[in-house]
Amino acid sequence: MNATLHPISQPITHPDDIPGTTIFGPAQAMRGYALNAMCYSFNNAANREAFRADEAAYCARFGLSDEQRDAVARRDVLGMIAAGGNIYYLAKLAGIFGLNVQDVGALQTGTSVDGFRQMLLDQGSAYRNTVEGEKVHG
Amino acid sequence: MAEIIGGYFTSHVPAIGGAMHRGAQQDPYWQPFFDGLPPVRELLARKKPDVAVVFSNDHGLNFFLDTMPTFAVGAAPSYANADEGWGLPLYKTFPGHPALSWHIIEALVEDEFDVTMCQKMLVDHALSIPFELAWPGVEAWPIRIVPIGINTVQHPLPSARRTLALGRAVNRAIASWAGDEKVLIVGTGGLSHQLDGARAGFMNPSYDQFCLDHLAADPDALTRDSIHDIVRQAGTQGVEILNWIAARGALGEAAQEVHRNYHLPISNTAAATVWLEPEPA
Repeated sequence: MNATLHPISQPITHPDDIPGTTIFGPAQAMRGYALNAMCYSFNNAANREAFRADEAAYCARFGLSDEQRDAVARRDVLGMIAAGGNIYYLAKLAGIFGLNVQDVGALQTGTSVDGFRQMLLDQGSAYRNTVEGEKVHG
Repeated sequence: MAEIIGGYFTSHVPAIGGAMHRGAQQDPYWQPFFDGLPPVRELLARKKPDVAVVFSNDHGLNFFLDTMPTFAVGAAPSYANADEGWGLPLYKTFPGHPALSWHIIEALVEDEFDVTMCQKMLVDHALSIPFELAWPGVEAWPIRIVPIGINTVQHPLPSARRTLALGRAVNRAIASWAGDEKVLIVGTGGLSHQLDGARAGFMNPSYDQFCLDHLAADPDALTRDSIHDIVRQAGTQGVEILNWIAARGALGEAAQEVHRNYHLPISNTAAATVWLEPEPA
């Protein structure tokens, strides 16, 4: 079989790629399989304990790539996503690190957790101001 | 003959469960969201549905990337929650309705929707939280369920058009069911939010308003965007609007909005609670 028939070795790019966004498509699914499988295993409390006890050994057991092991060791969420991590599974790893979705948001956007929370709150305020403005001005 | 008594749509952010657990519903942060629920509870108390057909998406509890069904229909006698990775208290087990499940499966496949059939299925917060919101504090669920899972995890996802068509096929299936149950349709998730990437924290009230404004009267308007364009406008997890679109389809041809609550943010999400009433043809 001609390997060129399977050109899925890079993330699928789209002429209208969405900034700051990775679509979890075939390339990511293949690249991230080991990392996501490890994260899926964390649905079991004993597996979470085993990871806590020896991170490197646990990552090795699931056959993580160097890139994936490095991103996990550095708590680098964007690095995990680049290495094929899917947020639905990475959320379980984030839980082990004691990170909630605002913490994870702050890590990915390079802001403080307070700054990230405020950014979310500001979107609510902006929306309500617009709605109020429409009520006043028709 | 079975009767569809309404469509209940709400967000399923895990933090909602945390807020309920802590009793934080009346905190200023949470109140604007929880204020959307009393009308739903009143409607449910009045209409007393027997069974709910629920469209939601698995979050890595029942399905992994080894086998990822596009559309999965539960046909189990019961549906338990399990540890989702965070060691949180488990949600209550739901009783199933296998006879109705198999009827829907047979009708869908006859209708050329080749769904995955699941005699065992764990359900996660995406399914449990809307029911905790609807019947807070009950000892046991007063309703049986038929869960229908839509893949929002692994692209390619089903198109919005296909998802609406699936919902409409479920509506036809319910219409041909011989039982006399009162059926509630539930759509969970959304609205706009994005947890991952440098765009994490993205929400989009104007797209959400577009969806809410068209859901009842013109759901086909929500199907003109590609999945890529839905992700662009709603965020990577905002594609959970697919669950809402399918649920809208299951209500039948005509529907009207009876209740709507919209608020942002809760956690990283723009959240909404809606009740639609089907209109007789």
